[in-house]
Amino acid sequence: MYKYDQYDQAMVDARVAEFRDQVRRRLEGKLSEDQFKPLRLMNGLYLQLHAYMLRVAVPYGTLNSRQMRALADIAEKYDRGYGHFTTRQNIQYNWIKLEDAGDILADLAAVEMHAIQTSGNCIRNISSDHFAGATADELVDPRPYAELLRQWSSFHPEFLALPRKFKIAVIASEADRAAMKLHDIGIRIVKNDAGELGAAFYVGGGMGRTPMIAPCIREFVPLDQLVTYAEACLRVYNRHGRRDNKFKARIKILVHELGADEYTRQVEEEFAHLLDQGIEPPRAELERIKTFFADPAFETDLPEDIDRSDPEFALWVDRNCVAHKAPGYVSAVISLKPVGGIPGDASAEQMRLIADLAKRYSFDELRVMHTQNIVLPHVRKADLHALWSALDEAGLAAPNLDQVDDIIACPGLDYCSLANARSIPVAQQISERFAANGKGKILGELKLKISGCINACGHHHAGHIGILGVDRKGVENYQLLLGGSEADDTSLGKITGPGFDEAGIVDAVEKATDVYLARRQDGERFLDTYRRIGMEPFKEALYG
Amino acid sequence: MKIVTGNDLKTGAVVWWTGVDWSIHVEDAVDAGEQAEDIATREEAARRVNAPYVIEGEKTAEGVRPAHIKDRIRALGPTVRPDLTLKPADPTAGNWVI
Amino acid sequence: MAELLRFRDDEPVDHPAVTVDAFLDQSNAAAVRIEPGDDARALIPHLDHVRLVEVNFPAFTDGRGYSAARVLREAGYAGELRAVGDVLVDQLSAMRRCGFDSFAPDRPFDPADADAAFRHWPHVYQPAADGRVPIWNLRHGTDNG
Ligand code: HEM
Ligand code: SF4
Repeated sequence: MYKYDQYDQAMVDARVAEFRDQVRRRLEGKLSEDQFKPLRLMNGLYLQLHAYMLRVAVPYGTLNSRQMRALADIAEKYDRGYGHFTTRQNIQYNWIKLEDAGDILADLAAVEMHAIQTSGNCIRNISSDHFAGATADELVDPRPYAELLRQWSSFHPEFLALPRKFKIAVIASEADRAAMKLHDIGIRIVKNDAGELGAAFYVGGGMGRTPMIAPCIREFVPLDQLVTYAEACLRVYNRHGRRDNKFKARIKILVHELGADEYTRQVEEEFAHLLDQGIEPPRAELERIKTFFADPAFETDLPEDIDRSDPEFALWVDRNCVAHKAPGYVSAVISLKPVGGIPGDASAEQMRLIADLAKRYSFDELRVMHTQNIVLPHVRKADLHALWSALDEAGLAAPNLDQVDDIIACPGLDYCSLANARSIPVAQQISERFAANGKGKILGELKLKISGCINACGHHHAGHIGILGVDRKGVENYQLLLGGSEADDTSLGKITGPGFDEAGIVDAVEKATDVYLARRQDGERFLDTYRRIGMEPFKEALYG
Repeated sequence: MKIVTGNDLKTGAVVWWTGVDWSIHVEDAVDAGEQAEDIATREEAARRVNAPYVIEGEKTAEGVRPAHIKDRIRALGPTVRPDLTLKPADPTAGNWVI
Repeated sequence: MAELLRFRDDEPVDHPAVTVDAFLDQSNAAAVRIEPGDDARALIPHLDHVRLVEVNFPAFTDGRGYSAARVLREAGYAGELRAVGDVLVDQLSAMRRCGFDSFAPDRPFDPADADAAFRHWPHVYQPAADGRVPIWNLRHGTDNG
């Protein structure tokens, strides 16, 4: 895990002091709300439906147990005993007081955490593969590159008032577990023919009201030019991104309107210029960062066998444990999606338990997944039963990774002031329905994602089944989408037709899965069947 | 009726204009009539409220009812956490929202 | 009239700045004013006789002026670079880093707040136009680059 040195600590501490001062000036009336808003957003503080909301950064989704415990403490001390893990690997608190914000940031800084640039029109927290450093299919661990970019983007003076928010994801494998092509910049660490590492840049992806898949604008940027290339991408965007219309201000619109070729040409021109400016970090910095991400001391000669005599445990192992690069280990997913629960919410007690388990069974390391679950990345197979028993007792052993009830849901109208409709109750009813009718067990991989409005925080465009909340004359209404994917085979879902009311959408999801069950061929997932047979049979079942 | 609502600047709590002050209980909201926008502007300038806005609502037998579901959720609390609403002891309180 | 905060010792230019278009038409003016939509690079061929570039911020949320400032400094411009318009105390330190060395805000700052803003950051993570040595160079005892 990355550890702060005196410099990182000094910067985070300075930020806490700066924000305390800004809050003071706001309360004294020296700053209007219009002036204060971008400042608080850059410290993760929103004004939401019931109170202020604080979004805390979990850089590249990696945490240790001490940090997780601090998050639990904050939930109890300043909030109402829980937090919500988000699709960008962060955590949000829903009941924050402005007057407490400075103290919370100070508590975070004490455990090397912060809320810097978790909102606002700036470069946001950088996300990465939740199995980084554990999966066998990665070229290298992508997190050192994400950390280098974290430093570069933190308080970057030129990019603090961008046309719109800017999200970066870094991965280093063919498999995409971070929705990389749906980010403003997606970076894939690759090897060229000469065997050197470099970065492929995908620019201009995003969800929201105009979802777009990022085109690759450069297949290989040498690693000692990574920061310079990113700076060139950002400068072209800052200078030329649209500012006349908030809904057209993301970089995806710039890339789309200019065309990927012209945008690339401008970036290359800026890049050539910036190469002479000497902005690249010394190579030794990347090496320094890498040492923090060295493998933990994996034991050798561990048993591979797992005692599967308890069927519930065996099911959990099959569903929630993922192959690891080290023999005798797996990555174990802790589902935050119990049947009827609130997707992504965790209580302070649950956070503490998860922290303890990470300390005991996973080299003190945790990951937040973009699917709003938690991973213990390095668990010995021999410890799995003990781990599972502890999770089961706390209601954290739902065996549903990538199943129909592993639903991504944004906060929706229960918490979010931009929402058209509630997301969480729909998620709850769907998971209850599929538990009650038993179909949840036989559906296999099915990614269901719900957003409460067109902003798409719940990734509905990228769900095998997506649900979008809309406002129909003041009444909640839900559109159904089919065929999206955020994985390596990225695609955007299509709307089936007219929307449904709250009860209707749950029925509609069940009907769509019935079509799949009736028509699937050997080994096909829902998405594969949809891609093979197309929308018509689903429409027929839904509206025919 | 015209209701003025917003959030408390320091705590972020949802508040309703009572005619003289701000209350966290929507039942205390008054019809601000023609003055609604002026009240919002004046109170925000005095930092007694943050991000105020004017909504439609009606007086019913059960009390003041904001016209839009969003403001009813603001008035009560999240429908998915009855324990965190203003009426934690009333399990049917959520029905009012919908 | 806005107060001027200036970090230079030379005499300020005493005549008003002209627009970029006017400047390019009759490029003997010593003071020019860039609006957010202007291309700062258009000035580069003429920088040797410019002594003041004003960069206008009609709204503090429009960050194009930060890039304009760096573009000019990267081109070697050493004259006065002034941020004008909706310039707020909380933007000062970033503006300074991008190469601004004078500030003419629409509404004057509280001097104590402005002073605190400039002194706030003990270090910087990345190089910009102000010559401060980034943390990643401090760590490795290397010069910039
Ligand atoms: C409750 C407060 C929230 C607000 C006000 C909010 C606001 C927004 C807005 C306005 C957008 C659209 C941006 C655009 O297209 O320009 C957006 C996109 C997004 N938000 Fe949120 N959001 C909230 C919570 C969340 C949560 C809880 C998550 C994670 C579960 C999340 C993750 C995302 C993601 C992944 C996107 C898509 C980004 C993209 O378009 O590239 N947000 N959000
Ligand atoms: S998708 Fe809409 S409703 Fe859901 S959190 Fe985002 S902004 Fe709010």
